[in-house]
Amino acid sequence: MAVASVAILALLTAAVLFGPLAWRMPINEIDFTARLSSPSWEHPFGTDDLGQDLLARMLYGGRISLAVGFAAMAVAIIVGTLIGAISGISRGSVDAVLMWITDLFLALPQLPLLLLVIYLFRDFLKNLVGAEGGVFILIVLVIGAFRWMPVARLVRAQFLSLREKEFVEAARALGATTPRLVMRHILPNSLGPVIVAGTIDVAAAIIAESTLSFLGLGFPPDIPTWGRLLFDAKDYLDIAPHWALFAGAAIFLTVLAINFIGDGLRDALDPRKVM
Amino acid sequence: MQERELRNLIADVKTGQLSRRAFVQRMIAVGLTAPLAGMMLAQSGVPMAAAEIPYKPTKAGGGGVLKLLYWQAVTLLNPHFAIGTKDQEGSRIFYEPLAGWDAEGNLVAVLAAEIPTKDNDGLAEDGRSVVWKLKRGVKWHDGKPFTADDVVFTWEYARTPETAAVSIGSYKDVKAEKVDDFTVRVTFAKPTPYWADAFVGVYGMILPKHLFADYIGAKSRDAPTNLKPVGTGPYLFVDFKPGDMVLAKRNPDYHVANRPYFDTLEVKGGGDAVSAARAVLQTGEYDYAWNMQVEDEILQKLEAGGKGRVNINLSGNVEFIMLNATDPAVEVDGERASVKTRHPLFSDPAVRQAINLLIDRASIQKFIYGRAAVASANFLNNPERFRSKNTKFELNIEKANAILEAAGWKKGADGIRAKDGKALKFVYQTSINAPRQKTQAIIKQACQKAGIDVELKQVVGSVFFSSDTANPDTYPHFYCDAQMYNTTMPQPDPQIFMNQYLSWEIANKENKWQGRNVSRWQNKEYDAIYKQAEQELDAVKRAAMYIKLNDMVVGDNYIQPLLARSRVAALKNGLTAHLSGWDMDMWQLANWYREA
Amino acid sequence: MGKYILRRLLIALPSLLGISLILFVLLALAPGDPFGELATNSNIPPEVRAALRVKFGIDDPILIRYLRWLAAMLQGDWGFSFASRIDVDKLILQRVPTTLFVVGSSQLLALVVALPVGVYAAMRPYSIFDQIANTFAFIGFSLPTFFTGLLLILIFSINLGWLPFVYRADIAATGWQWAFEYFKQAIMPITVLGLFQAASYTRYVRSAVLDVIRLDYVTTARSKGLDESKVVIKHVVRNALIPVVTLVALQMPAVFGGAIITEQIFRIPGIGSLLIAAILANDTPVIMAVTFVFACLVVIFNLLADIIYGWLDPRISYR
Repeated sequence: MAVASVAILALLTAAVLFGPLAWRMPINEIDFTARLSSPSWEHPFGTDDLGQDLLARMLYGGRISLAVGFAAMAVAIIVGTLIGAISGISRGSVDAVLMWITDLFLALPQLPLLLLVIYLFRDFLKNLVGAEGGVFILIVLVIGAFRWMPVARLVRAQFLSLREKEFVEAARALGATTPRLVMRHILPNSLGPVIVAGTIDVAAAIIAESTLSFLGLGFPPDIPTWGRLLFDAKDYLDIAPHWALFAGAAIFLTVLAINFIGDGLRDALDPRKVM
Repeated sequence: MQERELRNLIADVKTGQLSRRAFVQRMIAVGLTAPLAGMMLAQSGVPMAAAEIPYKPTKAGGGGVLKLLYWQAVTLLNPHFAIGTKDQEGSRIFYEPLAGWDAEGNLVAVLAAEIPTKDNDGLAEDGRSVVWKLKRGVKWHDGKPFTADDVVFTWEYARTPETAAVSIGSYKDVKAEKVDDFTVRVTFAKPTPYWADAFVGVYGMILPKHLFADYIGAKSRDAPTNLKPVGTGPYLFVDFKPGDMVLAKRNPDYHVANRPYFDTLEVKGGGDAVSAARAVLQTGEYDYAWNMQVEDEILQKLEAGGKGRVNINLSGNVEFIMLNATDPAVEVDGERASVKTRHPLFSDPAVRQAINLLIDRASIQKFIYGRAAVASANFLNNPERFRSKNTKFELNIEKANAILEAAGWKKGADGIRAKDGKALKFVYQTSINAPRQKTQAIIKQACQKAGIDVELKQVVGSVFFSSDTANPDTYPHFYCDAQMYNTTMPQPDPQIFMNQYLSWEIANKENKWQGRNVSRWQNKEYDAIYKQAEQELDAVKRAAMYIKLNDMVVGDNYIQPLLARSRVAALKNGLTAHLSGWDMDMWQLANWYREA
Repeated sequence: MGKYILRRLLIALPSLLGISLILFVLLALAPGDPFGELATNSNIPPEVRAALRVKFGIDDPILIRYLRWLAAMLQGDWGFSFASRIDVDKLILQRVPTTLFVVGSSQLLALVVALPVGVYAAMRPYSIFDQIANTFAFIGFSLPTFFTGLLLILIFSINLGWLPFVYRADIAATGWQWAFEYFKQAIMPITVLGLFQAASYTRYVRSAVLDVIRLDYVTTARSKGLDESKVVIKHVVRNALIPVVTLVALQMPAVFGGAIITEQIFRIPGIGSLLIAAILANDTPVIMAVTFVFACLVVIFNLLADIIYGWLDPRISYR
């Protein structure tokens, strides 16, 4: 299963990376005569309401969607695991401070904060790394910043429970240092929820990107990311279902593949394998 | 169009060669409003048409429940505090003005006994006063009689700055006095050609003195009646949940016989425009849905179900693009887009002319706005004898290319034109809104074909349309090369509307970008004609001046009108609603009825 | 234990104060102004807008506004809405019952679906049941609620005509009729939210149970010949509940805070739609009040979770 999933994911990645080279239709060619047409040889995925080719748009937008999905997931997981682990092992005031920060982030109202972020940093990042790169970094950081808190709380809870388990006690009695305890014994055993969170976050980030573009924070609305395609298509669901179908299917396939890979990963990491 | 031509047209209306409606439509086409056209006719001796509003029911009540859907929910019910149209509409269920505007720009009496004219001695010859006769026997919802005191009080209330009423603009420069219990005289400081502003239409709703008298000025926010309206309208207040719904029931003492038809009224708010359209046109759960900002394609598909229809009314709103006259990239004295600079690209008239030729107005209308807008350069196109060679709009990429080529903008290796080291690249911003993004895409593509590189930028509406002095992304800052939005005409008179191109109205750092002239376009002749028009009492001469002003702005190609937007509502089959583009949708609520 | 809770509660107060200050500053700095819509209206002279700003004290320094807000809050005055010109607490209280009902039921639905499915799937990993459950879960979280909500509306309201899709908090009927109508209109929003949540819960529960089921003491319990269902409930589920409790505690504040997108789609007059309307109108007092209550709930529920950990796993010590 996991192997097949790796293959699917590789195929999707290859398609969005090299697809635009093979399918040369421009993404923004407006053709009013071919509006909302169903899939055909000329437009294998059909067209949208401006007659733009959906296959070309899917391939182009997929690069951004996949990149944002994985990068934002990585940010959320790394930050969350780090904070959760430190908090769970150290306790006391360090734990209190870190959990206060977690609570604060959970409490922040996202929309006004996003508007503030755009206002403060967009031009700065644009000047620093160019328009596209700046937007990419901003999106990844913003989505990551809003999604690490559950991971941190989960990892901390695992740590609280695991650090008192017999095998950890045993290792501690044998004189293992704290970093070694964490790296060798506690962390590997607390990765279960982290892997689940990671696989869910990829889907969440792909979708979140589309909502961000409504705030002017994401990529401009004329860049057809998968989430964006799904959003634009929703009002035409009963008129032109093909529009939503392919974008939805692509997101689903990605989620499916990465989840099976995640399951495979946890089984492989776990010495007491059940199967 | 000159004054003489206007007079000829009016003569045609008088002799019956031209219908009133056709006249009004032509005035709209040259950038005037229907109410102004109506007043022009009235002053020239063509009386306002006796507006016959059809109404079939023979008794009040019996209509069951009327369900209205607003995708922006009503948040307050005091018309003088209304922040958006939705609040004005909600208030209009309970409160009424002296008169309202119909779709043809005629004044229709509501709480007035008659519309003031020169013949009934309502209008003074010198244009300095107007006398309103009030309808007798009207009662407030609590049973108290409606009199001239209420009208004078409303003026006092709205004009007091501490009340912070949004209607202050209509009241601060006039004086209202009671002549007798049912007569009010409004006097103006100077001759005023447009007299039907105070007590009329959107900002004209009359408040009951006996309930608001203690809450004038700074205490205005504490009035309990702000949330529980007591008006003279056809429906009585039952319940209100801000941001969600308004409930009302039939007023058995309404001052017009046999009205209203419905027993109860329910206004639900929230959600989005498309699903609101579905609830009326597709499932028939609701009778009416407000402001259908939905792609026409979807509306047509929904209408095909046969449960409801779309109602379209012309309005004074214009969707347009403005090109920055100043340079947003250069900072002078701490502000960008300073009037001391000139735009590096747009200062060349050839560039502006080319861009005008690259806007595919016809397709934008046909494929995006559909029936909800009319492609327009805001000029008279018909009949033939009025058509000006300079004013028609067209999409002509070849011609645009030729103009740029002739002006010395040569294509580089990347296909982008350049001249003197300046590449033809500009940033074009607007608010986030699906039809606007599609419009941007269409214009960007046409520009590409002419060797112009357009970068699109979108700003979320709540930021773009704010007056935040610190945020450079608001439309009054206009720190961008080009921008697009819809300019609304809250008053049916162009005087205030046209101040957005006056040189002393330029938005800048000094006035915290509160100035109305956002494009920073200026012209001495424009300023002079505007000042003249302010004093001009002859409605026809005044109209000719505004047409001239309009021509000057648009003719210079800094301002590029795209579409005259219409107001669109969805109605369930069988419902008769009398909607007007010049007043609120609720303006004739008392006369709404349903047929099986 | 008691001492621990007391200490945590004492810490909670200053930490909430800190959070409230940060929230306030953030909202004050965020772009937009509450009278922006008036700015596009040519009928309103700039002086009026200036007068309004003075009246609502928008131009004062942030710290002074914060202290004023804090002082009022301590006296139970939640502030005054710019947009509705009404006291904020009234506005919020009108919305609370609907939100509690809709979001609360959906959370309940999510747990009722996810717990048994997750546990059962984990006990037989890679069985047919597990595969099907997983596939549904993947569909569940790869489709956003704006999409599934609309899909349900198209199917059940428009094509079949079974369910209404405009939610009304004021149904005129009484008794059973009322309950039935109320239930009917709540089915779709609760399903959309509940299943979206259930999808991720299922995955977490499955993973947590898998983690525990492999631990030595479970194997020991099994080898002692204990009844399988006893093993599952007593040892496995109890230990696996730790991550689940964490997640539920994270979600509980949302029962008050509402679900913005779903509330928009179905026009549910809940806190979520109030918040989004307030944000779009830059109605700061309302945003501040809602987010502050939300923050209090976040702190309280995370504290609760910490306490429950100790009950679930007595070896977790508090220091």
